[in-house]
Parts: sequence; structure tokens; C-alpha cells
Amino acid sequence: MAYRVVVVGGGAAGMQTAIELKSRGIEPIIVERDIELGGKARGWYKLFPTFTHAREVIGPLAQQVKDMHIRCFYGQEVTQIAPDGVTLRSEERIPADAVVVATGFTLFDAHRKQEYGYGLYDNVITSVDLERMMIGGRVTLADGSEPKRIAILHCVGSRDEKVGQKHCSKVCCITGVKQAIELKEMYPTADVFNFYMDIRMFGPGYEELYREAQERYNVHFVRGRISEAAETINKRIQIKAEDTLTGRPLRMTVDMLVLLVGMSANYDNVKLAASAGLALAPNGYFKARDAFLGVVRSEREGIFFAGTATAPKSLADTLAEASLTASAVDAYLKEKFNIE
Amino acid sequence: MSRRASWQEYQKDIAADRYYYARSCIRQNFFPGSEWAFLDILSNRLGIDIYDDPLHTSCTGIGYHSDVVPLETIMTVVARQFSLMAEAGYENFVSSCITSFGIYNEVLATWEEFPETEERTRRYLREATGRELVKPRSIAHTSDIIFYQREAIARKAKHRLINRHTGEPLRVVEHIGCHYAKIFPKSGIGGSEFPYVLAGMIEAWGGDVVDYPERRHCCGFGFRNYLVQANRGSSIANSHKKLESMAPYKPDFIVANCPGCAMFLDKWQYTIAEMDGMAYGADGKGIPVLTYEEMAGLVLGYDPWQLGMQFHQVDVEPLLDKLGVEYDPGAKYLGADGKYIGKPADAAINCPSQRPIYERRK
Repeated sequence: MAYRVVVVGGGAAGMQTAIELKSRGIEPIIVERDIELGGKARGWYKLFPTFTHAREVIGPLAQQVKDMHIRCFYGQEVTQIAPDGVTLRSEERIPADAVVVATGFTLFDAHRKQEYGYGLYDNVITSVDLERMMIGGRVTLADGSEPKRIAILHCVGSRDEKVGQKHCSKVCCITGVKQAIELKEMYPTADVFNFYMDIRMFGPGYEELYREAQERYNVHFVRGRISEAAETINKRIQIKAEDTLTGRPLRMTVDMLVLLVGMSANYDNVKLAASAGLALAPNGYFKARDAFLGVVRSEREGIFFAGTATAPKSLADTLAEASLTASAVDAYLKEKFNIE
Repeated sequence: MSRRASWQEYQKDIAADRYYYARSCIRQNFFPGSEWAFLDILSNRLGIDIYDDPLHTSCTGIGYHSDVVPLETIMTVVARQFSLMAEAGYENFVSSCITSFGIYNEVLATWEEFPETEERTRRYLREATGRELVKPRSIAHTSDIIFYQREAIARKAKHRLINRHTGEPLRVVEHIGCHYAKIFPKSGIGGSEFPYVLAGMIEAWGGDVVDYPERRHCCGFGFRNYLVQANRGSSIANSHKKLESMAPYKPDFIVANCPGCAMFLDKWQYTIAEMDGMAYGADGKGIPVLTYEEMAGLVLGYDPWQLGMQFHQVDVEPLLDKLGVEYDPGAKYLGADGKYIGKPADAAINCPSQRPIYERRK
């Protein structure tokens, strides 16, 4: 008899965990809130640092889930988690021998940074909006014209105590570099400015891409946080910042302002954690048992984590961690049921 | 309107009646008609109880922000104002001044965060005046009250903010004093980024709100920017930046809810015109600057000279003509006793020979 594991969330982490579990002879069940698998990555065009199409990663994972006949519940929200199963919003209970929390993250709502006028000004968009435009094949201003000058603002909803988001979202810096290059490839004569606090290029190939953005694509990097954005009479965006390298205030007008929105903990983490007796970190993400030896284990036996449920991560790190999660679940089940 | 609706996320409770009124030092000198109009509108037009207490004093906010009044002193002065309110039988404190409004909120927040400062203030007040501190139930700025009553005023309106020559809504620049909500965003209607307090009045009375790039920028008063003579270049530079930014939108007038802002946006236009012949109004003259009481007063049909609009540096007659307000041009320079007090020489800002800024740019 195959042991059953419920994987809460059908994004990259959930799919990879389920695939790994299945290949180990365990029966995974994916419970996905959306109507299809893929999570946030479905809304992404290309991935850093290789410019691989996101669909080339998400698509094969979803196909593998299908080919392996992994059971999936779609449009179902999990309201309670326990080591022996989960309860859905419909009050249906799915019993299991272990549970993996792969619920991911919530994109920071750019409306909360009112000073940037997202939702008010036509040509203030988020990095997610930009990806959507890229998927559509054309990045334009609201009136359909081509942008000639674009500002990309890092750390919107990250490292910002004012909105209660103290943590670094980790992937925005490299996303800003990637999107700047994509914009320059689309509009080679456009000026693209990245406004940043620090540039954190932690992953393989990231630093090289950052240099390439400057040397090959002439992307401008300004160390300073934009303090406010306002719309001009011709629908351009006036921004103010301080260039902290020159120590001078800066005011410029751009055609488009892209807000690199950060990763926030899911709002319902609080309820899920309470239902399962799990701990949350101060930033609202699920707290792993140990920062070194227990990164995919919760403080309760039988409940595991995968992906960005515990912290912001890149897609590559998420997939790697999901395999680790499957391995940990496998070990747990073997120990629990005394399997050789 | 749909977009502006998102500006209303910050709301606050405003008492409906029985206000204790605290006046403004600047306004009593530069806009005496505005404070009179506020009291008259509330008492005689809307039937609201508001008490104008002769015993209250300056909040000393300008001295505090200029580093000549210590924190302990201003806290004790504020405590005395609150005590006077309680002694008069009121609990809803209404401030006419934005600086004072910021001070009252700051002092209350400080007492909340650091209870020992409240205890100390209670002791100082007792020792100095024999009074006991009673904190207000609500704090509002007078513009909050007019905002709250904007629909009632609209129902009694004699004029709407419509250009009677074109039938189009007047384009109005609203300027919010920095200390209204930039210190405590939740203290202001609409918060600090997109305040709605004046915009709500303008919309209720038929006008269009101008959103221009330097809308949030300070008028330049900034206390020491102006009070220290050597810093006045900074003060005028701030007003200049705002006027340059709003001019392309061809506003019909500016309305402000801060005594300093109304004063500086008006008077620096005079200075700029005298210095380099620049005017920012579409007619080659200055842009009239109104207080919200003046705006409400005109809507309700008050006489502009009764409102004290002859005190303005930029002439308001072109605006009165657009609104269809009837007025006696000859009465502009009559004193309170009805005698002619003399007419000042024409200032460059009021001469139509000035070329509008946006035409020069072309």
C-alpha cells in the first residue's frame, strides 16, 4: 500500500515535491486553490538569469504531474492542516500520512505604496504587469506608444518598515536586471534606469548579468529610492529620488515606472498555522524547524514545507528545495512505519 | 471620480456638533475674514454650536518649530487649551491652523507614547494655572468640518464652481498644509499622499481638481525657511517650483487649508512677478489663492469684501467674474467704518501685461 501525502499548493514547489514523492512510490495528492497548476510562475515570461521561458519549466512539470497520474484537486482551498490530513473549505477532509505545505507567497500590493500612484497613474505598472505585457508580445504605454525612458524601482514592499515588510524579497534585484535587458532588447534606443538600495546578486550568473546589463545594454543604475511619483500633463511620470552616490536630489520624468513588487507572506498563513500548531516567523512566513538541518521540516512531526512558504526564494532554489522536501517526507514515512 | 475614490482610504471620525474653536495666529492677521466666515457659516447657516473662547491663546507652534519654545512649554500651553475647552463644557476640539492641528496631534501622540510626559505636563499645568488637564474626545481641523458639511453647503449654494462664461467646471489646485497629514497620515481625510479634504469640497461644489506633478510639494513656508531672512530664497524657490508645475493646467484658482500656504502661495506670486515679470495665471496675471472658508463663503453667496478677499496680493476679481459673484468694486478699499482708506499702487502680478508662463514656454 502506498502512503499518502497531501501537498498543499500546485505551484512549482508543490508539483516538484509531488513528482519526487511519486517517483519514490508514495501517493501524493495536490490541492490547488487555482483552477490549474503552475502558481505565480504562470504569469512570468522569461526566467533569470538564462532567459528561459517560464513555460518551458512550468509546462514540463505540469505535464509530468499529469503523466504520473498524480491526483489533483483544483479550485479547493485548504482551511485546516494536521499531520494526518487537511480539511477543505467545503469541509471535505483528505486523510494523509503526511502533509507538505507548499502554499507559496503573495505578491506585495503596490497600491499600499501610495506615493507611487499605482492604480492612479496609467503608466505606473508593476513588474508582474510588465511580465504580462511581455507574454502578450508588446510593452507599450497606456496610449499604445513605445516607451522611450523607463524607470524600474527596486524594493517596492521589500526592506520597508513603513509597510511592515522588513525582509528582502531576494529575487527582485535580478528581476530588475533581467527586465531592464528585456526592455533594452525590445527598445534599444530607450533609456532604462534601475533605482536600487543595494544590488544583491547572490545566485550563479547573476553578477555577470548585472555587469552585462551595464556594459552591453547600457542600463543605468542609480542608488536611491524613489520618494514619490506624479503624473505630468502629458501622462508621463515625474519621479523624485536621491542619488545617494552623488548625494544629490534627483528629479526626472520618465514614460513608464515599473515597480518591482516584493514577496509577502500569505495572509492566511496565520489561520493555517493556528490550525496546525505551526509557528510563523516575524515576517509572516512559516517558520522552519531549523535554519540549517531542518529547513523543510516544521515544528510538528508529519508537516513539511516546500518553496516560498517559508521565505522568498528563486524558482531554482524552490525546485531544489522541493526535492529535499520529498526526501525528508520519504525518510519520515519510513521511520514512522518501520519500513526498511 | 472613480480614481479619486481610492484617495478616501483614510477616513476619520468627525464630531457632528458642539465644537470648541481654537484660532490661528497667522489667519487672524492675514485672513481675518476667513475665521469670521467659518464661525458665521457654522453658527448662522448650518445651526451648529461652536464656541469661540476669548481665553485661549496661541498654541506657540511657530515658536516651537523655530526652536524658541521648548517642548515642555508647548505641551503645557496645549494642556491649558484643552482644559479651557472642558471648562467651557465642550469636548470636540477644532483648530483653525494647520500648524496647531499638527501640534495638538503631536502632543497627544507624545503623551500616549511617553506617559511620563503627560504626567509632567499635568503637574506643570496645575502649578502654573491651577487647572486640570482634560483631553478632548475628538480633534479636527476646521477644513475637516467644512469637508464634513460640504453637502449641506452644496444644498445652500448660491454659486457653484462653474465658469459662467463657458459652463465648464473651474480648475482648482488644492494645496494641503504639510502638518495636516504628513506627520500623522491617519489624522487627515485621504491620508498624506492623496488628501481628499479639499478635493472633496471642490468636487461637491462643482469644480475640477487639478492633479499636477508638484501637488505634494511644500509651499516653502517651512518656518525657518522664511523666519530666518537668509533662508527666504529657499522658501520662494519652493513656491516657484509649485507654480511652474501647476501653470500648464491653467488653474482658475488655488485653495489651501493652511494659513502659511495660503499666504505664501499668494504673496510669493507678487514677489516673483516683481523680480522677473513672471505670472502663472492663464490671463497673464497671478492665480488667485483662497482659503477654504473663502471658497465656501463664495459658494454660499457671501460678499467677497466681507470675507476679507481684498487682503489678497493677487486680485480675486477675475475669479469673481467667472463665478458670477456680484460685488461692488468701489467697496474694496472701504474701511470698517465705510470710509475710503486708499488704494495701493498696482502690482505687476495684477497687470495683464504679464505673459503667461505656458505661452512663453511655447
